[in-house]
Amino acid sequence: MSVAARLRLARGAFTLDLELVVTVGRTLALLGPNGAGKSTALGMLAGMIDLDSGSIVVGGRVLDDDSTHVETEHRRVGVMFQDYLLFPHLSVLENVAFGARSTGVPRAAARGAALEWLDRLGIADLASSRPPQLSGGQAQRVALGRALASDPKLLLLDEPLAALDVEIREEVRAELGRHIREWGGPTILVTHLFDDVVALADDVVVIERGRVTQRATVRELVQAPATSYVSRLVASWSDD
Amino acid sequence: MQRSARRKRQGFLSPALWVPAGLALALLGLPLVALVVRAPWSQLPELLAQPSVGSALALSLATGLMSTAISLVLGIPLALVLARSAQWAAVPRRLLRALVTVPLVLPPVVGGVALLLLLGRRGLLGQFLPFQLPFTTAAVVIAQVFVAMPFLVLAVEGALRASDRRFETAAATLGASRFTIFRRITLPLVFPGVAAGALLCFCRALGEFGATITFAGSFPGVTQTLPIATYLQLQTDPDAAIALSLVLMIISAAALVSLRDRWVPGVTA
Repeated sequence: MSVAARLRLARGAFTLDLELVVTVGRTLALLGPNGAGKSTALGMLAGMIDLDSGSIVVGGRVLDDDSTHVETEHRRVGVMFQDYLLFPHLSVLENVAFGARSTGVPRAAARGAALEWLDRLGIADLASSRPPQLSGGQAQRVALGRALASDPKLLLLDEPLAALDVEIREEVRAELGRHIREWGGPTILVTHLFDDVVALADDVVVIERGRVTQRATVRELVQAPATSYVSRLVASWSDD
Repeated sequence: MQRSARRKRQGFLSPALWVPAGLALALLGLPLVALVVRAPWSQLPELLAQPSVGSALALSLATGLMSTAISLVLGIPLALVLARSAQWAAVPRRLLRALVTVPLVLPPVVGGVALLLLLGRRGLLGQFLPFQLPFTTAAVVIAQVFVAMPFLVLAVEGALRASDRRFETAAATLGASRFTIFRRITLPLVFPGVAAGALLCFCRALGEFGATITFAGSFPGVTQTLPIATYLQLQTDPDAAIALSLVLMIISAAALVSLRDRWVPGVTA
């Protein structure tokens, strides 16, 4: 199972032309400055934004091409949103069980599976809490559990550490990396933080102004940055 | 320093404005004071025990609840259409909004006449009905829905516009169908707005007079609701009318208090 996408879109002066390939068990980072088109690409992969042309194939199933558009609710593309978007009126357990419940799994079975996920993520004790009561790190784990419990064929992480205080990012990031590797499915990480790339990704696609400026493994990126944007990121990262 | 800081927060209030503001308050408050002061408190139990009072009260509560229920079932979807009409063309969008808002500004009597012309025995649609609608309890409910549903629709629409639609996107990525999203995400998130709108709608339906008496008439036990009974009693038995007014006022006051304390718009914790 793998993911291959060619994303093309023009909106006024902005054009996006992007080719992404993710193989099983690897995490691809989509790295770029603000306004580079990262969020647009994520929206296209999740089916929220239509492509002008191109295609998206996940695990052999065509989600988008010239004649196909699979709606968001049928794509099985899980998203962990930047600010998590946990449903504030549902408990943590009901949040994680939401995907299964929505696809017709009986309540008891959905809750059982959700509890297993919470247990795996080490937050079973939060099952009956409400999202507004959670710390940032806890909310992130619930959001990850909710996305993974819906059994996605592709996982998208949208700026996963951006909503957290700087002091706890390191710890949460390591934890997140462990859980994603444990899950083992194809993952695309959208970020502007180089620390995220180093800790979570295997391969990197750098986009600037809607275009790919470098395609490399993390190690190659550090050794040979292709643009001034990447070299600045690498330089400030190695300073830390 | 402290004083100027306070002034900055509260803004300026010219003493000259206290006079009209006070008059406005008196105009709003004194009639209610008169009602309470002049109420025949000692005879109240017997007045309210009259069978005609009981039947008017029961009819008002039943039709008010019924029309609120109908407004919820029909009005919430309409509010959703209205809230999501932002990307429509200007003409249909404004037409839709006007249709929803007209009953708020239209004199209720006109609404009653219009309902007669539509649903009366020889009305536009009424001529095809196998039964007669005007001057029945059903007509009371229809008249109340006509005048009261817009309150619910606009309250729910406001709540929908204020709520974060990205929660719906998140639900879609988890595989939820559009109806599941509506039922499990959209609706619970705007519950405070729905509750406030339902309460406003119920109060408006309870007070309905003009459209009801025009379209449904005033048959005791069938279409004679509390406001109509109050108006008719005023000519024959003023004390009974005051007692009925008190009942209506207490129901409204109770609604107002629960509206303020429980359903302040926002996310429920």
